[in-house]
Order: sequence, then C-alpha cells, then structure tokens
Amino acid sequence: MNSFLLDGAEIPFEPGQTVIQAALAAGHYIPHLCYHPEFVPHGSCKLCTVRADGRPTAACTLPAQAGLKVESETEELNDLRRTLVQMLFAEGNHFCPSCEKSGNCVLQALGYDLGVMTAGFRHFFLDRPVDASHPDILLDFNRCVLCKLCVRASEEVDGKGVFSLAGRGIQRRLIVSAESGRLADTDIAVTDKAVEVCPVGVILRKRVGFRVPIGRRRFDARPISAQALEDAPRKPEHKHE
Amino acid sequence: MASFSMTDTTTASPPTPQSTPRLETAAQPERLRRVAIEPLTRVEGHGKVTLLLDEHDRVHQVRLHIVEFRGFERFIQGRPYWEVPVMVQRLCGICPVSHHLAAAKAMDVIVGARALTPTAEKVRRLMHYGQILQSHALHFFHLASPDLLFGFDSEVARRNIVAVAQAHPDIARKGVLLRKFGQEVIRITAGKRIHGTGAIPGGVNKNVSPEERDALLKDIYHVIAWSREAVALARQLYEQDPALYGEFGSIRAHQLCLVRADGAMDLYHGGLRARTADGETLFDHLDYDRYWEHILEEVKPWSYMKFPFLRALGPEQGWYRVGPLARVTLCDTIPTPLADHARREFLAYAGGSAARATMGTHWARMIEVLHAAEVIKALLHDPDIHGEDLVTQGERSERGVGIIEAPRGTLIHHYRVNEDDVVTRCNLIVSTTHNNQAMNESIRQVARRYLDGRRLTEGLLNHIEVAIRAFDPCLSCATHALGQMPLAVELVDASGQTLDRITRDAPSVC
Repeated sequence: MNSFLLDGAEIPFEPGQTVIQAALAAGHYIPHLCYHPEFVPHGSCKLCTVRADGRPTAACTLPAQAGLKVESETEELNDLRRTLVQMLFAEGNHFCPSCEKSGNCVLQALGYDLGVMTAGFRHFFLDRPVDASHPDILLDFNRCVLCKLCVRASEEVDGKGVFSLAGRGIQRRLIVSAESGRLADTDIAVTDKAVEVCPVGVILRKRVGFRVPIGRRRFDARPISAQALEDAPRKPEHKHE
Repeated sequence: MASFSMTDTTTASPPTPQSTPRLETAAQPERLRRVAIEPLTRVEGHGKVTLLLDEHDRVHQVRLHIVEFRGFERFIQGRPYWEVPVMVQRLCGICPVSHHLAAAKAMDVIVGARALTPTAEKVRRLMHYGQILQSHALHFFHLASPDLLFGFDSEVARRNIVAVAQAHPDIARKGVLLRKFGQEVIRITAGKRIHGTGAIPGGVNKNVSPEERDALLKDIYHVIAWSREAVALARQLYEQDPALYGEFGSIRAHQLCLVRADGAMDLYHGGLRARTADGETLFDHLDYDRYWEHILEEVKPWSYMKFPFLRALGPEQGWYRVGPLARVTLCDTIPTPLADHARREFLAYAGGSAARATMGTHWARMIEVLHAAEVIKALLHDPDIHGEDLVTQGERSERGVGIIEAPRGTLIHHYRVNEDDVVTRCNLIVSTTHNNQAMNESIRQVARRYLDGRRLTEGLLNHIEVAIRAFDPCLSCATHALGQMPLAVELVDASGQTLDRITRDAPSVC
C-alpha cells in the first residue's frame, strides 16, 4: 500500500485520499475547521496547513502522494494556527461566556486545544443583528467564520441553496438567498443538513439553547483533537487504538 | 441652607426617613472642601464616596456614588430569550446564581411555565440556597470579619482575611469551608462554581444524581454545625460593644422583601411585603408581576445608580432597605427550626435593638446562612431532586418578571420578548440599587457621628466603608478579599489646592 510520512510516522493511503483524510483514518490528528469528512474540501480556513516537502499547503486539499514528507505538529505551524484562530475571533463577535454553542463549538474547542491564551488582535466589534425571523431557526451572524459548510450542505445535501457568501476580502459575509434577505422567506427546515453542520453558533435551533448541561457537551469529555479522531471515517484496524 | 447643631451630629438615635437631616446636597458647595474616597469598588466596578467639609471640618454633604455604567439592560436587547439567564449572570462574580435564577424565573413566564416540575423547582432552590450560603460566608468571613474582629480603625495591614487566618485560624478555616460547600452545591446544580447554565426557561438542564447528593450529604452536618457557630460568632461580635453596634450607621428605614404565602421566609419565591420603619404594613403578599405599580425609580444627576422608592410614600419618604436584616425582621417565621430559634433570639436581643441596627445585618446574615444549610439538607434528602422531568412550558407571554431574594436583597428582572423570541426591553433593579438611599443615609449617619469636626485619618474613613460593608460586599471586595483596595483620599480646598492626602497602594494581585 502507498504511504507518506506525517511527522515521521508512516501513513498508508488509498488513491484519491487527501493528506487529512488519510491521516485521520490512520488515527493522526491535524487541526482543521472548515474541513468536514462528508463534504468536498473547501480549503479556506487554512487551520490544517502543513509543510509538505517543505511547502506550506492545506492538508484538506492536498492529495496524498507516496513518499511525501509532511510536517504538522511543529511549534511553527501551531503558532500560525493559533494566530489564525485569534484572527477568526477578532473578526466576529464571539462571546463564549453567553453563547449557547459553548462546549459544542469547533472554534472554541480549537482555541482550547491549541492553547490560545490571549485575544492577540484588537477585535472589530462589528454590529451584526441576528435574523430571528424564522419560527424555528435563529441566525446569529456575529459568530460566522466563513467555513461555507452551510452553503455546501444546503446546495449539495438539502438541494435548497439557502445560504451564500457575498462580498470579497474583509467584506466577505454570509447572506441568505432570499430577496428580503430574511431566513423566514426561504424554504429552510429545522431538519436540514445546513442547520446541523454549522461548527459554530451561527445557525441555531430556537428555544433549545443550554439544554445540555455542562459536563455533557461535545467537547467537555475530550478535546477536539481526540473527538475528531473519534468522528473520522476510520479503517477498522485503527478504530481501537 | 442646612445647618447642624452639635447635638444633631452626635445623637445616638438614628434618623427616621421622615426627619433625616439631609446632608445629600450642601447649600453652598463652592465654599466647601471636597474629600473623595475613590475608588470604592462595586460589582466588578467602581464607587466612590465624597464628603464636603467647611473650614471647621464640619460635614455638609456626603454621597455614595456609583460611577460605572454597565449597560446590560441595553445590550441584552436583540438577543434570544433563552440566552438571557446565562448572559446576565455576568453582572456579578459573587452572586451570579441570583441573576441566573431571577432571569430564568422571568423567562418561565415568557414560555408559560407557571409552575415548574418538582425536580426543576427543587434543583433551582438547591442552587439558590447554595448561592446564599457561599455569598454570605464570603461576605462575613472574608470581607467584613476583619473590621469586626480587629476594630473599625485597626491597623490597615491587618484588615484582611490573611490576618484573620493568622489570628483566628479556626474561624477563617470554617468560613472558607462554608463558602466552598456552597460553591459545590452550585457546581452540582449549575455545572460550574461560577457562571453555570443549570436554569433554563421553564426548568433546569440537569437533576442531581445520587452520587452527587452523597458527596454533598457527607459534609452537610459539619456545615450546619459551622453555621450555628457562625451565628454565635456574629452575636458575640455584636456583644463586644452593643452600644457601638447598635448605633453605628443605623437608620430607620422602611423595608421590603419576598415572603412565602404563609408569611415565612422564602428566598426563592413569594409575594412582596413592605413595612414602614414604624412597622405599618404597606403591602403584603403582593404579586410581583406588576411591581412597578408599587416601586418606582428616581434618577439623580450625581449617580449612575437609580433611587427606587415605594410609590405610596413618594420619592422623598419612600426609600427603603432590602437584604438580610429586612428579611429576618419582616418574615413571620423561618421555616427551619435552628434558624428560626436564632431569629427569635436576634429579635429579642436588647429589646430588639440588634434587629434595628445596621450592624445587626451581619448577625441576620449568619442566621440566613444557617437557614440555607438547613434547607440544603432537607432538599438533599428529597428524592425529587433525582427526577427526570426537568422542563415544562405553556402559553407564551410577551412580558416576564422574575424576582428573587439575592444574598444582598430583593432582585428584580423584567423583560419583554417579541414573537421572534428576541428581547426588546429589559429592566433590572438589583439589590444594591434598592439599598442606594439606605446606604447613603447610613454613611451620612457615620459621617455626622465620627467624622464631623475631626481631622481625617485612614481609620476614620474606614468607618464609612464599614457601614457600606454591612450592606454590600461587592463594594469592599477589593479591600479585604485581596488585601486592600487602592485608595486615595485628597483634601482639596475651594481653589483646588490639595491640603491633605492619604493613600493606600494597590495590592499586587487584583
């Protein structure tokens, strides 16, 4: 079987797998945010950046190649990842203390796992009102990290195209594909994949916030680095490592 | 112009709400020297006391100002209602559970949960009495006891919990352990010791498991024993100088608190009872849903903190006191035997003088600690706390009021929520606000009695803070919990020239 080296460990892969898919399947964690095992890689958040034969590349879009030498768990790369997480926090209004996604949030979990201890950047404090127009779903734009998972899910799985990203550069933002711009005027349903897939606290089922007590939330028991391996599609021989 | 005779300023009888020599606003402030005690620290914030003195050091004006502006009532607008109980508890790090529960009670009304399930009601009560226990223990042992054990003008370096631990290790140890137990009750019911998530609109998000109960039960009998000792200690401290404690900062105030339907003490829920300083009942078992028909707030230009008053008596005469002293003296009984026995002893002490004294608040506070410990014990033996039926709901309302007796007194949360589930209006009247005028009156009494006509010293200024600490530990937390609060007092004449200056340096940790 073909294999590449990840931080000195031999990682087997099947043709067509990316570096991150092969690594997770083999029980090796590479930090990531916009990558989701059920969706085509997007490569936008850059959290999964590794050095492949010395070149910085997103592990989620890099096809696995035999003999590749990949570095991921290095101080240099983790420093860069911490900076990226700080920038994501600075760009939005992420008030973890009162956010119902706390304990279940990928951004927060990455911050904890990578050891982000300071804000790092001056926060933008943008004014982003929530869209509470839909009877069952709340949209809190304050927490969007532009991972595009909801856009992908709504198009590819739900077949509705409810969400889009608009604007460029620092103006880039999540919008609702309706003339009014309001979620109530779309055909989104609370059971849609787009609702379930949001890794942060943007797309929320109404009236159930804080129902899960502290201690039983997704990242209470184990850090995201362990949880991601638990969730990843794995080969049977790696399941019980 | 206000004028005061010697007898006025040294009288031992506390002023009545009707006959208070003003001291609030001097007639010709431009001719007076200004002394500022700043910063006092409040709920994660700042307060200060200003004094205006004439050339003979006579006091003409005393004001407790809360100079910070928090803005919670504004920035909660536009947020979904289920977020509110978690968000608003960030108002305070000492009694977050009180805000958490008051908001949750208001949101119960929003979601139509007029009666909670037995499990939800009891788990919330457990959380609340854990809060009462830990906050009162913190206040009495960590913040106030140095003044009481060492003296109001004792050496400043000793007025902290570390010195208490050195001089009275047993007292300090039990105080710390009492607080720790209360925090454990909170952790088990809310998920965290500070800023948990246990109460949600219509109920709670967890019950108490048998294992968790057993962990608490293991210590509860020690906790009750220590609470009894705490009551005895509070009494003993009072008895070391009943004349001083009886008059110090004392005021004749109307009082307000929640009481149970049968008139008994209930710190989680009930109707409002208000009595005048003369004992006349203004209202009783009042449904708090329309509290504003009986309580209004007045704004004064010199403080960010509003001045609530009883509508029937008007803004001048209608100010009142809330908190342990009001609750212990207003209730008909305390529904746990040890605490009720302590209440009766307190009321009977020296012809009822302790029950009228500002410094009697500490004694009343320890009676509530004992009550909280007894309630926690009873709830831990109640199988309902293990139940699985956690949340209920009914017909939606657009307006919800939640009132609870927080450690420092009556706490009002009032919200409007629109059909999109978003908060459109919020009004909070916190305990410290209810006590605003009462605290001002109390420090004016102290200023008249102890500062008037005398050269200021650090110890004399601490007398002002001792009176404030009887009401609200948040103002003194930086002082005693972490050593000393940074304090600069300047005596400035009318032309702005500094005549005298006393400073304390900030502690290294804060």
